[in-house]
Amino acid sequence: MAENVIEVRKVDKFYGTGSIRTQVLFDVSLGFERGSFNSIIGASGSGKTTLLNILGTLDLPSKGEVLIDGERTDGLTKNQLAKLRNETIGFVFQFHYLLPEYTALENVLLPVTIRKGRPDQGDVKRAEELMELVGIFNVKDNLATNMSGGQQQRTAVARALINEPKIVLADEPTGNLDSESTATIYQRFRYINATLGTTFIIVTHDRRIAEQTDRIVGVKDGRIDMDVKK
Amino acid sequence: MVSFGIALRFLRSNKVQTILIVLGIAVGVSVQVFVGSLVTSLQGSLVDAAVGSSSQVTISPDENNTVIEDWEPMVPSLEGISQINAISVSADSPSFLRDGSRTLSVLVRGLQFEKADNIYNLEEATYEGSWPTIPGEVLIGKELSETLAVGVGDDIQVTTPAGQNLTMVVSGLFDLNVRVINENWILTTLSYAQGIFGFGEAITSIETQVDDVFQADVVAQEVRELFADRPVEVTDWKAENAQLLSGLESQSFSSIIIQTFVLASVVIAIASILAIKVLQRSRQIGILKAMGITDRDASLIFIYEGTMLGALGATLGALLGLTLIWAFTTFTAQPDGTSVLSITAEPTFVILSAGIAILAAAVASAIPARKSSKLSPIEVIRNG
Ligand SMILES: Nc1ncnc2c1ncn2[C@@H]1O[C@H](COP(=O)(O)OP(=O)(O)O)[C@@H](O)[C@H]1O
Ligand SMILES: [Mg+2]
Repeated sequence: MAENVIEVRKVDKFYGTGSIRTQVLFDVSLGFERGSFNSIIGASGSGKTTLLNILGTLDLPSKGEVLIDGERTDGLTKNQLAKLRNETIGFVFQFHYLLPEYTALENVLLPVTIRKGRPDQGDVKRAEELMELVGIFNVKDNLATNMSGGQQQRTAVARALINEPKIVLADEPTGNLDSESTATIYQRFRYINATLGTTFIIVTHDRRIAEQTDRIVGVKDGRIDMDVKK
Repeated sequence: MVSFGIALRFLRSNKVQTILIVLGIAVGVSVQVFVGSLVTSLQGSLVDAAVGSSSQVTISPDENNTVIEDWEPMVPSLEGISQINAISVSADSPSFLRDGSRTLSVLVRGLQFEKADNIYNLEEATYEGSWPTIPGEVLIGKELSETLAVGVGDDIQVTTPAGQNLTMVVSGLFDLNVRVINENWILTTLSYAQGIFGFGEAITSIETQVDDVFQADVVAQEVRELFADRPVEVTDWKAENAQLLSGLESQSFSSIIIQTFVLASVVIAIASILAIKVLQRSRQIGILKAMGITDRDASLIFIYEGTMLGALGATLGALLGLTLIWAFTTFTAQPDGTSVLSITAEPTFVILSAGIAILAAAVASAIPARKSSKLSPIEVIRNG
């Protein structure tokens, strides 16, 4: 069995304090192999986003460990975590979150800008190729606020891929898209997974999408109730 | 670098807000520059009018003496005090001037003209004729020459306190811009005055000017100690102009109050606006942090925003202030072209005012910057 590029061990997560303290994740242990193409499914409110945020070091587990590339993240400083996120993980958030002050192209280049201050010509070319790939090249100079929901979502997808991260964490990345666009995006993910060996973890509530992935993890009420590999 | 670019973009993408803040700071700085320069110039011109062309620290005989004997060694001693930049000795005596049936009181002053020029600007003030060089020649004031209807080359009749009647020749006319002086002073050579008043080699006063007029009392004390064993008295203009001084002081005080309030309002305006900006941008900061921007860079965004707002506002404010000063000086000009009060802007003061505003802006942005640093990406990601 290949090593895990990202993993949680015995993770509990509580929200709130005192009487409103509720447990959202219960003793979750889950690892993803390098280069694998996975999905997480579950009902709304089952804890999928919480799990993904903890995997991506955006949120801290109340108990348990997170390992990225075999290394525990609880010993890292906030700056080291920030660098790790920037270079290793590409996020597509459930709500796509673009910077409204920037154009689509600039938004796609944001992780590069943060990494090295100023994108070079090669970066811009790569960004434009990615945008072409997800079908938003024609709106590349639009401000984020002047794009449709679907266009914004595809911009967020291109942004997640720009730094060629080892891991892409995507939270319902095609929630706003028609079935044709959805199919295109998954083709792209598959292509990048095959050519660059990028690990994909995609949260979805759409079983048909999940069935196209190599492994389906089911979450129910904060516990893993299903884990099937093809 | 990242932060600077983001800060710039944030400022540009909300132009109306940016322009309003910059204008706010600019108004504050321009008031600061204008009021500060106005007060300084006002004080400068008041002091200059009062003591700019007169003795600032004066040595005279003490109450038991009428003259200062053996004064020559005192001059090099005074030259040793670095603050003193002009020294002039004089032999003065009140006298009477006879004009037909009239008798006028005058003050005959024997001077070393080259030296006295450093204090009274006699060269500039002498508008006709020339300085006395031979015994019996005198320089008289504009008003006196008009009263007597005499000009260069004419004679005047002077009676000394001892009752000696002398005929003197007017060699030139001066205008020191002070009516009393123009009416009263008759200036002649030191040796001639010493001779007619029977002073021998003695003089009646040593007059000086100092570098910083407001230090005159300090210099006077130094002079007093220097000549402690001589029968002389040292006075300074400040002791004799207490009223003028207290006026100046309350002016300075009100100017400081105004400047403090202006500064405080700049700081409060920037701090509160940036605090709102952090709230407005917390979504963006959260995204940037999720993408891997460090807490430090996240806080620098607001430091840069604040500093850029401060720099723009301060520069505009300084220009606006200078324009106000120019406008004031131009539009209050009298028909003859001279100004009621010409305000001069000290470059160091203008730069200091702008610099303080920029610094205040940077400091004011520290609080929002801290907020931005503390913001956790998950709060934004989670709450949609
Ligand atoms: N900040 C929070 N405070 C309290 N409860 C929360 C918070 N965020 C999420 N939850 C709760 O945790 C549970 C799991 O949420 P989430 O991970 O978003 O589920 P999913 O993504 O599967 O819809 C839900 O019941 C939700 O109400
Ligand atoms: Mg969710």
